[in-house]
Amino acid sequence: MTEQQSLRNFTINFGPQHPATHGVLRLVIELDGEIVERVDPHIGLLHRGTEKLMEARTYLQNVPYFDRLDYWAPMNQEHAFCLAVEKLLGVETPRRGQLIRVLYCEIGRLLSHLLAVCAVTADVGALTPQLWGYEEREKLMVFYERACGARVHANYFRFGGVARDISDQLVEDIGKFCDPFLKVLDDLDTLVIGNRIFKQRNVDIGVVTLEDCWNYGFSGVMVRGSGAPWDLRKSQPYECYEEMDFDIPVGKNGDCYDRCVVRMEEMRQSVRIIKQCVNKLLTANGRGPVQTPNHKIAQPSRSDMKRSMEALIHHFKLFTEGFKPPPGEVYAAVEAPKGEFGVYLVSDGGDKPYRCKIRAPGFPHLQAIDDMSRKHLLADMTAIIGTLDIVFGDIDR
Amino acid sequence: MDSDLKSLGDAIAAALPGAVTGVSMAFGELTLDVQLTRWLDVLKHLRDAPDCQFINFTDLAGVDWPQREKRFDIVVHLLSPRHNRRIRLKTQTDETTPVPSLSGLYKAAGWYEREAYDLFGIVFSGHPDLRRILTDYGFDGHPLRKDFPMTGYVELWYDDEQKRVVYKPVKLSQEYRNFDFLSPWEGADPVLPGDEKAKGQG
Repeated sequence: MTEQQSLRNFTINFGPQHPATHGVLRLVIELDGEIVERVDPHIGLLHRGTEKLMEARTYLQNVPYFDRLDYWAPMNQEHAFCLAVEKLLGVETPRRGQLIRVLYCEIGRLLSHLLAVCAVTADVGALTPQLWGYEEREKLMVFYERACGARVHANYFRFGGVARDISDQLVEDIGKFCDPFLKVLDDLDTLVIGNRIFKQRNVDIGVVTLEDCWNYGFSGVMVRGSGAPWDLRKSQPYECYEEMDFDIPVGKNGDCYDRCVVRMEEMRQSVRIIKQCVNKLLTANGRGPVQTPNHKIAQPSRSDMKRSMEALIHHFKLFTEGFKPPPGEVYAAVEAPKGEFGVYLVSDGGDKPYRCKIRAPGFPHLQAIDDMSRKHLLADMTAIIGTLDIVFGDIDR
Repeated sequence: MDSDLKSLGDAIAAALPGAVTGVSMAFGELTLDVQLTRWLDVLKHLRDAPDCQFINFTDLAGVDWPQREKRFDIVVHLLSPRHNRRIRLKTQTDETTPVPSLSGLYKAAGWYEREAYDLFGIVFSGHPDLRRILTDYGFDGHPLRKDFPMTGYVELWYDDEQKRVVYKPVKLSQEYRNFDFLSPWEGADPVLPGDEKAKGQG
């Protein structure tokens, strides 16, 4: 090459229709040869205006919107919204309701982490783990379906509990799922985590220091992969997580590989929690109502409505007017599989939220992709996107 | 816990005289009202002071109150992992007064401020890249403002002649229905028909 020949960086479009973007992400990547110099993510291709729509619907009508945010783990989102509204109303959830919620949130964590780990593997070139993961996800979705009738968009959590009770048969079946699933995790471990090619593609890729993690507003696995034992289930416990016995896995290097290993280990911890929930649900202590008896907030039972005038009126009022929380503002967060999922809710005393800001964990994670992928090879982008664990339902809202 | 948070709020207000106009506790959460002119000072103090260390930027949200002269609330949530505390900061602005950007203090603020600009039209000064983020390329208006209609102004159609998707003004086959189930006898501010005549007769 002579000196007169001018060199220029090459700009390419990555997505929005590309399987490795995990949805609809458009990345404008500036390349110097094969080296990434700058990444400009364009998001919003799945923007549905959820926050605007919520302002025109009653609180109860808004619950299904939360399934459609992070559709890999729908119930965890509902949980955050229910916690926020419960905080406003000052409602307590009965013990069985709490146990069922925790049980299904951990199932949601398995759903999300399975897909996250297996999708990264598919992104870096191995297809088999993806299929194994989907097989297990299918079983978990059946548990969703048996509780609420829907595989994905559950609409199961209610303010002060859950929509309906689950049978002992279902609880036992979930218990029976656990041990074979641990075996599958061990198989995945040998196939993925110990794999030489997987290590080559992920070790030392997309390293983030802990200081940067906090500054970038990271949460969840992204922080734990960089070495902070920070988990809202432990540090700011909600529901009955306090009595659950589980550990927080922590990474050392903050690279893509550590994040995958943390996710694998978290699945084992989730299984531990699920087992404890199953045991507690089957003992006498875990029996009882699943939703608060306050019928200004919770729906009265069908059989009550046939006989009691008051129950009928409550039902009518609840599904036309809804309830009116006191004016004020609350922020409630849960440890969703992808990180801290928060709901900032402003009430003006009416029957609809005045403003509901959804704090999606993926939003700040994706923002950091520019810094994380700089000076990496183009092929590393897929590994970085995969371990960021982003999903566009909640980033774009 | 509550009294801890309250005393922390008072300590912050005392450390920055004139900057914090209100310290309030509600639902177990601490909220500070901050003067817009001292916005950056307060955030810097909260990040760096040893008793605060709110190093994790959790969230930034806009809230629209169109009846107010300064119609926008900017609400920031911060988290201190060391002290395991959360804090909420609020400041107010109108449609034209820019808010000093936090992107120099927290890298996370960049996209959150772009979002607030996109959805509310809140302007941030000193932001390195204040573009729209969630709405479409070339979108007009700020959808989360209360005076923006729920159905929007334009919708997408496939144009057979141009062989591409084009924007057209919204045409609703049924008028948008806003169900107001608030009972006139209770609720925010009931004005029953005929009430206005009773004024001054008491």
